Amino acid sequence: MKRFRASMRIRQRPAMSSSLVIASAFPHHARNKNDIRILHSGISNTEAGGVVAESENIVAETAECIFADLADAQTINRDKSNHWKTPLWSALDDAGLPLSWVPEACGGAGVSLAEGFSVVQSAGKFAVAVPLVETMLAGWLLSQAEIPSPSGKMTVAPVRPQDRISIDANKTLTGRVRGVSYGADAEHIAVVAVSTNGSVIALVDASACHIDAGENLGHDASNSVTFNNVKPLTIKPAPSGFTPRSLMLMGATLRSLQIAGALEALLDISVRYSNERVAFEKKISKFQAVQHNLAKLAGEVAAAVTAAGSAADTIANSSSFDDAVFFEAASAKIRCAEAAEKGTAIAHQVHGAIGFSMEHILHRYTLRALAWRDDFGHESYWATELGRFVAARGADELWPLVASR
Amino acid sequence: MTAALRFDQIRLPPECEALRHEVREFLREEIAAGTFDPDEPQREDSDIPEFSRRVGERGWIGMTWPKRYGGHERTFLERYVVTEEMRVANAPTRRFFVADRQSGPVLLKYANERIKMDILPRICRGEVCFAIGMSEPNSGSDLFAAKTKATKTDGGWLINGTKVWTTSAHIADYMLGIFRTSPPTADNRRHGLTQFLVDMKTPGIKVNPIAQISGLKEFNEVVFEDAFVPDDHALGEIDGAWKQATSELAYERSGPERFLETYYVLTELVRALGNNPDTRGAEGIGRLVAQLHTMRRMSVSVAGMLQAGKEPVVEASIVKDIGTIWEQQLPHRVRDLAAFVDSDTANHHTLEEQLAFATKIAPKLTIQGGTTEVLRGIIARGLGLR
Repeated sequence: MKRFRASMRIRQRPAMSSSLVIASAFPHHARNKNDIRILHSGISNTEAGGVVAESENIVAETAECIFADLADAQTINRDKSNHWKTPLWSALDDAGLPLSWVPEACGGAGVSLAEGFSVVQSAGKFAVAVPLVETMLAGWLLSQAEIPSPSGKMTVAPVRPQDRISIDANKTLTGRVRGVSYGADAEHIAVVAVSTNGSVIALVDASACHIDAGENLGHDASNSVTFNNVKPLTIKPAPSGFTPRSLMLMGATLRSLQIAGALEALLDISVRYSNERVAFEKKISKFQAVQHNLAKLAGEVAAAVTAAGSAADTIANSSSFDDAVFFEAASAKIRCAEAAEKGTAIAHQVHGAIGFSMEHILHRYTLRALAWRDDFGHESYWATELGRFVAARGADELWPLVASR
Repeated sequence: MTAALRFDQIRLPPECEALRHEVREFLREEIAAGTFDPDEPQREDSDIPEFSRRVGERGWIGMTWPKRYGGHERTFLERYVVTEEMRVANAPTRRFFVADRQSGPVLLKYANERIKMDILPRICRGEVCFAIGMSEPNSGSDLFAAKTKATKTDGGWLINGTKVWTTSAHIADYMLGIFRTSPPTADNRRHGLTQFLVDMKTPGIKVNPIAQISGLKEFNEVVFEDAFVPDDHALGEIDGAWKQATSELAYERSGPERFLETYYVLTELVRALGNNPDTRGAEGIGRLVAQLHTMRRMSVSVAGMLQAGKEPVVEASIVKDIGTIWEQQLPHRVRDLAAFVDSDTANHHTLEEQLAFATKIAPKLTIQGGTTEVLRGIIARGLGLR
């Protein structure tokens, strides 16, 4: 298999030495042994053996190396032309990362959920602004119904729990959905639609839809997409129990991981800056008020990484989108959104006025972390859902519920 | 500059679930027998020696310690589950909890064999209560400033001075205290402190209760006047207690007791809002539950790292910082969310009473066991800022 091989070369270069090691450490048992075979087929035994010995998660490492090489925030920030997007996407595509979760038989890399989750967190850490996570999610969604993934950029719909796409008897899709990430960049859209007979999963040619211009807080494309009797390229029934809510839970978990990743980067950048910036004749890191703010930021990072990692770990070890997944994914989205709010404020505070300038890279992380709160369910939405779930079970069941996780 | 924070994804193993059910069953029986009332966290007489002994009989004190000292060689994660269930039920654990969490492990590490064989089995049986003597008047969190002296004499040491804010000293059999044995040196403020095991029945020790704003009297002032402590009661290195005291704190700072002290008001809120709350109530509950779940996952992670023999001092400080602020804010959030609850609701009285008590104890939660400011200093050091 050629994929991931191209990136072996890239990973020989020194990886970005992020000084921060908040390990999300997805458990090893979650990894499918077959993944190793898939990843290493085509590589000599010695080489593969060496790789296994030095890395617990070669997929995430491959992704990090590409991000470090081709998505350097400083370079991107100076390049106002978006030319950087082409080589970045090509490298990701060559490495097979956009179709991480698509089985090999359907043209993907077939890596485990756990390994893919690490890629997503890493994408957050680098504030990656191409539709990698969206394409991964679309490929995953299509594979739920065994629909082969096309190559190229994809996104998913709906993205908001309130939005709905219906499918009628003629097998055409109708509905208007908002906030579709990279809707304007995607060649295909993977859709969960509802009919009177349950949910279907469909692959749609994006050019068959009406797409309004728009962007999110982080200046990434975020579009309203109108399906006006659109005929999908492929439609299959969703597996039993799979509904639009399942997509929301998976999407909420991915956004939580991205927020956690962005916060890891924010702590790293803020700590480094505080050790460089001198004010009142000393490094600002020596001021107790600054130290305490950074300690609070570390706490928010730790909470976000833990909450998002816990949800991802739960999905990776579950066979369906059951109550446990709901509890974990909802909690992760709520807590990570709170962490984004508190954490980005502290990062900006530490950076002072310079961090508020477009010249500085800080906004690339802070604004995306804030923007990701809105996708796949606002935290207030999930809090209300979670609160109703808890209340319906009753006060005496609350502790057993929390303690069971 | 390396900020190596680790929060491994750790789940409690299946044997913990079985244990959890045993503990719940035990607590149900104790409640049914009238030993304690789970709806009354404010009970002043929450020191119930018979309860401690029954917990000891079950093997739930000194769970992780070696069997030869009366321990049970179980895991930190199993101990974690017992602590959680006791805390959530408002069980009267005052008599044994400090010894179980802190003092026992210190003795295991630093005491001589004779002392270990004498005291540890009694702790495990729930018969011994410990107090921790760290704070002093005018020192508080600033341990370096401790002045209470241990002066060398024939066969031992004479202690003179005053400890303060000493929880449970009035019922304690022993104190583990930090006393000054030499002055600090110019280049090491940490030098000169030694840890001692003090029998509270020793002549020359006087315990004066301090009334708190919560109405309880669990804190004390402890005055030493030529109190004699034998040589073998000095624990670890003479003049080198600083490191011993700080490693002890990792156990003290990350456990479930650090975010569950006001938990009962959340349960009562859910009860008061009923099965079908309005949007405001539902959202409020949802946020609090998500925060609780996240902290617990962090706390379990630290417990797992302790089990693996690591010393997650910074991570433990983060859990305590976030945890204590959460449990401190909880009564205020619950008050907000319960504002529209009809006062005729069946449990309204309980909610009001518990809320009043939780609100009164809230200010101490971010002070006991290391203030927020001290914790943030430790975290900042871990980030490479100091």
